[in-house]
Amino acid sequence: MGQIFNRSTNFISKTTIFGAVFFIGITIWMLLEFNRSSYYTQAFFPREQPVQFSHKHHVGDEGIDCRYCHTTVEKLAYAGIPPTKTCMNCHSQIWADSPYLEPVRDSWRTGKPIKWTRVYDLPDFVYFNHSIHVNKGVGCSTCHGRLDLMPLTYQAASLQMEWCLQCHRQPEMFIRPKSEVFKMDWPPLGYRQAEEGKKLANEYKIQSTAVLTSCSTCHR
Amino acid sequence: MTSLIQLKGIGKLGERDGLDPQSSILDPPSSIVGPQSSMLNPRSTGKQYWRSLEELAETEEFQQLLHREFPERATEWSDPVGRRRFLKLMGASLALAGLTACTRQPAEYIAPYVRQPEDLVPGKPVFFATAMTLDGFATGLIVESHEGRPTKIEGNKDHPASLGATDVFSQASVLGLYDPDRSQTLTYLGEIVTWSAFLGGVRPAVDAQRATAEAQKPKGGLRILTGTITSPTLAHQIRTLLQVLPTAKWHQYDPTGRDNVREGSRLAFGQYANTIYHFDKANVVLSLDSDFLACGPASLRYARDFAAKRRLTEGKREMSRLYVVETTVTNTGSVADHRLPVRPSELDAFAREAAAQLGVQVAQGGTTGKISHFNWIEAVTKDLKQHRGSSVVIAGESQPPVVHALAHAMNQALGNIGNTVVYTDPVEANPLDGNASLRELVSEMNAGLVDALLILGGNPVYNAPADLDFATALRNVPLRIHLSLYKDETSELCQWHIPEAHYLESWSDARAYDGTVSIIQPLIAPLYSGKTGHEVLAAFLNEPERPSYEIVREYWKQRFALGNQEPPVVVAAAATSGSQAVTAGTKMARATAMTNSSEFELFWRKSLHDGFVANTALQPKTLTQKTDWATQVPNPQSASPSSQLEIVFRPDPTVHDGRFSNNGWLQELPKPLSKLTWDNAAIVSPATAATLELGKRVNELSTNRMSSIGGEILADRIELQYRDRAVIAPVFIQPGQPDNVITVHLGYGRTISGRVGTKTGFNGYAIRTSDTPWFGADLRIARIDGIYSLAATQSHYLIDASEVGERDILRSGTLEEYEKHPSLAPERAHDSHQEQSLYPGFAYEGYAWGMAIDLNSCIGCNACIVACVAENNIPVVGKEQVARSREMHWLRVDAYYKGGEQNPETYFQPVPCQQCENAPCEVVCPVAATSHSAEGLNDMTYNRCVGTRYCSNNCPYKVRRFNFLLYQDFYTASLKMMRNPDVSVRSRGVMEKCTYCVQRIQKAKIDSELEDRKVRDGEIVTACAQACPAEAIIFGDINDRSSRVAKLKAEERNYSLLGELNTKPRTTYLGAVRNKNPELENA
Repeated sequence: MGQIFNRSTNFISKTTIFGAVFFIGITIWMLLEFNRSSYYTQAFFPREQPVQFSHKHHVGDEGIDCRYCHTTVEKLAYAGIPPTKTCMNCHSQIWADSPYLEPVRDSWRTGKPIKWTRVYDLPDFVYFNHSIHVNKGVGCSTCHGRLDLMPLTYQAASLQMEWCLQCHRQPEMFIRPKSEVFKMDWPPLGYRQAEEGKKLANEYKIQSTAVLTSCSTCHR
Repeated sequence: MTSLIQLKGIGKLGERDGLDPQSSILDPPSSIVGPQSSMLNPRSTGKQYWRSLEELAETEEFQQLLHREFPERATEWSDPVGRRRFLKLMGASLALAGLTACTRQPAEYIAPYVRQPEDLVPGKPVFFATAMTLDGFATGLIVESHEGRPTKIEGNKDHPASLGATDVFSQASVLGLYDPDRSQTLTYLGEIVTWSAFLGGVRPAVDAQRATAEAQKPKGGLRILTGTITSPTLAHQIRTLLQVLPTAKWHQYDPTGRDNVREGSRLAFGQYANTIYHFDKANVVLSLDSDFLACGPASLRYARDFAAKRRLTEGKREMSRLYVVETTVTNTGSVADHRLPVRPSELDAFAREAAAQLGVQVAQGGTTGKISHFNWIEAVTKDLKQHRGSSVVIAGESQPPVVHALAHAMNQALGNIGNTVVYTDPVEANPLDGNASLRELVSEMNAGLVDALLILGGNPVYNAPADLDFATALRNVPLRIHLSLYKDETSELCQWHIPEAHYLESWSDARAYDGTVSIIQPLIAPLYSGKTGHEVLAAFLNEPERPSYEIVREYWKQRFALGNQEPPVVVAAAATSGSQAVTAGTKMARATAMTNSSEFELFWRKSLHDGFVANTALQPKTLTQKTDWATQVPNPQSASPSSQLEIVFRPDPTVHDGRFSNNGWLQELPKPLSKLTWDNAAIVSPATAATLELGKRVNELSTNRMSSIGGEILADRIELQYRDRAVIAPVFIQPGQPDNVITVHLGYGRTISGRVGTKTGFNGYAIRTSDTPWFGADLRIARIDGIYSLAATQSHYLIDASEVGERDILRSGTLEEYEKHPSLAPERAHDSHQEQSLYPGFAYEGYAWGMAIDLNSCIGCNACIVACVAENNIPVVGKEQVARSREMHWLRVDAYYKGGEQNPETYFQPVPCQQCENAPCEVVCPVAATSHSAEGLNDMTYNRCVGTRYCSNNCPYKVRRFNFLLYQDFYTASLKMMRNPDVSVRSRGVMEKCTYCVQRIQKAKIDSELEDRKVRDGEIVTACAQACPAEAIIFGDINDRSSRVAKLKAEERNYSLLGELNTKPRTTYLGAVRNKNPELENA
């Protein structure tokens, strides 16, 4: 009985075997890349909001401090979304007739809250606390990006765990003096960051990497 | 159906799922020689513990369970059409799993306030003081509220009845608030109507009553039926109503109330009095069937005081001694130094003999010396006499008035009055004999003398004594109005049903066991526009739209103006002229109150803030025993023949009198000793079971028949025939139960309760009569065909030890032994100090969290379990799942017995996750879902878990719980409001376990870091520790040598559970010590 496969089919089998390795490898790589892509993480793409609110205008142009609206950022887990009242503090006088602000005035009149779309939406099993980050020298712009340059607000990072862990593993590479936390244009320290950061981490008693990377630090 | 006791063909039972037909009682035991026969007499081999009769008898099923993580058949698909449905579900879940992985997170929205209240910040819980009543008496509570939703109940540290502790009922009450089965609408004859329709409906009736009153017709009238009332405001309202309508009457009835306690004081002193005991000053305590540590309005306080007197820390070598004589197994009896199980008919003679030996002149039950347990009495009374002025004799709520009077006399004879026993005026607004009160009401209803009946709370159709036939009597009443939380058996027979506001939705007030008044303030507006008793009564007082806030505040304003004196009942013209809403009298009072309104405001705010009204505790009062009381006591009753069966009724330890029957947390909570869930049972002793041929006979011991799916008990069914009434009950065999006594827990067998409570268990009230509400003789039983499946957790999650004493599981000893060997370590214990491990150790540089549990303090009340359920969003799984060992409780309280099965010593051991330093679970997880934290916690990361269950398989303590099915109810809206937002809600296929309340740890750590300091000792309290009335659980940082937990761990009694495994648990235990009376020990 003759051989079923001719010697020439060796080429096909070799390519398939090696091909399969590459194919599987590429598929996995593609999946991982997809998982990290902003298509999946929704980073860098502005959400539609009921009011076309511009952080660029309020923060960048007017220079309003973050804490004017996000009042509890230094004290609580939640930074706080301002009540309609906060908007109306100014907008009862400035731009009081602007059609853009109709939803705000409507809310003020009817008592119905403005329904904002959440931009930074962490999974429900993650317990993030703003106050401790702000008080340990993590600047607003470190996670939220240059809000003073954002007309429409988008998510400036992937918010995936590897992103969180960058800092939890090496906080000294990301922290800044507490006095500069609310500064949008805090310049990166470049090569001095590691050195300065270590000093700050000691000064602020930032917990050890072991503590910061323990699962229960964020997951409960 | 019914056949008198005869041996049924047990082989037939084999048809039942899971029962091995081979294991018939007719089969000879496989081998009954050697070590096994010595097991039957554990005392012969020294110290031995056992967890259930099945273990003591070494049944095969038990051995099977012991060696498995889950019982053999726990993971099987039990559905008969299993395969097809399995494939269908798997297909669906695969598709869903695939799809969910590819979808992006759905958009979430944020709705901020329009005008934010000043003190309310989203994400920060606020705490309010309030109080919960049970059978009328208040316990002060602090309630945690997240954005206006009450989520967790804690005790109020400053309240005398709580001191920071809570019981299972208050912990579970938050589920009661959000129960979707609560009554949500006001109905008339089943039709939904409005409040104003109700007002219109009762107005003519009230007017007619008024006319009757004016015409001075002697008969008929309105009747108000309530539970025991301590609320000053409600009592004032009722008194006002009684003045307005002179023909009206007020009746009070609580099925498990304190009638005997009250009548006992009247028998002794000629007047109602309230007794307060000081267990923190008592060196010797004799309990006559009193479960004072677990039942009654002061149980939390008594447990705290009792534990304090027995705490053997910081070199203390003294503890009080507790003797308990009891007719059924209770928590108090379980922690007693000496416990004597007696039949209820024997207790009367026992009390008389004890009293006589203490010098009280009272007619005796028999000739001295012949009475059973004479030696016991002699030793106890001798001990009591040696502690004059520092002892306590306490009688149980189920004992007749004469035993209470005897206890009062004994306390007097021992000079305890004023020291350990204090009398005050009664706490109840109108103390009376509830049983007699209800009997009077029923006879009037039968005679047609009741025109209208207003039932404020309570469920008398279900829980009134069977001989009164309340339901039939009720039908004679033309107008019936029922206010209750649920549409229940009574609502069904009333034309009007008004949904009641839960206490977390109501304004009211109530008094604690010592008279301290708490203002009950709501945490949330009524979810279903429920009404309080105050508001319903106000409708009868022509103030139909007055909210209870105004009613309560107005009352206290008047009372404040009068210098904390009860304001007089003022009946003014208003009550007679229908339209005028405000009486002239109250107007006048308001005017007086206005003058010092700012002072009142201060008083009011302080009272609300503190959770109680200052200086309202009743003052001690000197009472002298009536000289002729002894002549008024009924003649001594001779004990019924010991061959006769006797019955004991008790409120259920978890659903109480039936009011909590629709509360899943309480239904699933294992009963303290039997560990039954979702059911009650006829509890019998092993010897009685043997006589009656109940259960399964193995190695000369009658045990419960277990199936192979785990916690299921295939119970025999019997008919309890008592006084011409009968009820069918499953049998549970309980070690320590007195022989020939069958205990029936009330509160089950509800026919209209809700989707949780309806048709669970059997109704004990069906055979309970008004003349002997608590116990009686001449009970007969008949065997009924078939078996009943009970779900009991006693055999779940057993720590594998062929003999518990051999491995270091439980340490106990007598005070004498403790003085000699403070470690209480068993001689055969392995050396637990091998510090070698294959794995590298961890350096705990910052905090190192640890827990110490003092077994000497634990009373097995289970409050810790419900507190944990409430704090950690633990789901209810249902009876069928519990029977398969799938209950999700992160914390279990194991009961261990020592000694013979007739009257074993009992020890409780709460077992949460041990948080091992060398944790066996961590090294086997393939996905690192459980990992070691830098502070020594075994973290469990739910989102990583893929459900291999390797960790659970490798855990020697069996503390991990797996979500076999989707146990969480993600869809019921009201339950979403209840959950703790700081803890993930787990879904199907995920492992979970005790986290040491890591959410509380993280919160305290963040708070401390914001203030640039270390976490203070005592700042973090786990939910279990916070609820514990005995302060048995202490949590803290073991790296801090001065912390309480570190000090406890330095005690010599401290030991690790299964320490020889070198798991280095962070949870350690302190051995239990019993203060034995040498005279009784040697006897």
